[in-house]
Amino acid sequence: MTIIFYILLLFIIIAAIIAVETRYLLSAVICVGAIGFGASLMFLFLRAPDIAITQIVVEVLGLIILIRACLSRELTFISGDREFFAVVVSAVIIFAIFLAGIKVLDTLPDFGTAIFAEVPDTASQTYIGEGLEKTGAANIVASVILDFRAYDTLGEATVLFTSIIGATVILRKKSKKLLEDPE
Amino acid sequence: MKGMTIIVKTISSWVKVLIFLFGIYIILFGHLTPGGGFAGGVILASCYVLLMLAFGREYVEKNLPLPVASKLDCLGAFLFALIAVLGLVFGGTFFLNFLYQKYLPGEALELVSAGTIPLSNIAIGLKVGASLFLVILVLSMFRPDMSGKKEE
Repeated sequence: MTIIFYILLLFIIIAAIIAVETRYLLSAVICVGAIGFGASLMFLFLRAPDIAITQIVVEVLGLIILIRACLSRELTFISGDREFFAVVVSAVIIFAIFLAGIKVLDTLPDFGTAIFAEVPDTASQTYIGEGLEKTGAANIVASVILDFRAYDTLGEATVLFTSIIGATVILRKKSKKLLEDPE
Repeated sequence: MKGMTIIVKTISSWVKVLIFLFGIYIILFGHLTPGGGFAGGVILASCYVLLMLAFGREYVEKNLPLPVASKLDCLGAFLFALIAVLGLVFGGTFFLNFLYQKYLPGEALELVSAGTIPLSNIAIGLKVGASLFLVILVLSMFRPDMSGKKEE
């Protein structure tokens, strides 16, 4: 199983290098998408299916928006016949990643059983067992997100703050003009 | 007359208090019952969205102007970071729950318990509520000029 992990890692690194080095914007965006999907497979491999689902959703949304933004900038037309070699290579890569995904899904515990029942010494066991006496919060979720994993929450708050600043700055230019002379 | 019909206005003016109180409850009891800063903040913001839909943007802007909302947003973020830094100052670790472990253990299942967790909940609730309100206010102010430069 670790071999698949390293192959995925190699795939992500190669995609990252291509994304930085390529001349075409669209290829760079597609490589970024490949990195994201590879990362979500790796999250599955590391037994964090919730993060993998989040990663996939964010990746799909971001990829669609980025591709849409690129298409208006740079129109690419495919002329002539499709190259046989390119089609075969992409089909093989897609099939390999599909196989890796199936393999990775096998490592997840069966439906209805908790991960920490299979793997001893996980952090979640500590959270559930000693959450109340270590933080004093009756709500275990609150004790996790605001005490054990407060860094995560700080990061989320920062993301929210930055995105609000961006939205306000981008959208305000027109509305300010509107405020000065309405209609 | 701005906004929706008189039926919507009357009902939303009754309901707004309940929604606001519920949001505050969710934030304050976040360490005891399901909920917390994020959920409560969203409920607070949705109260303002209801008012905005029923009474129009100007009514809400008079109630909570954009500069005040952005200051509340910054205040929430600052408070949350301050709690984290206070853990570093008093306990030696970033984000340490210093109130619970050193000064105010409190009793489990009481309102005053769990140290800094309720304070962080309040900070996050303030932040999330203000920022979601800001987004919706800014989006409703925004008028894309579809016609290009014809209007000028």
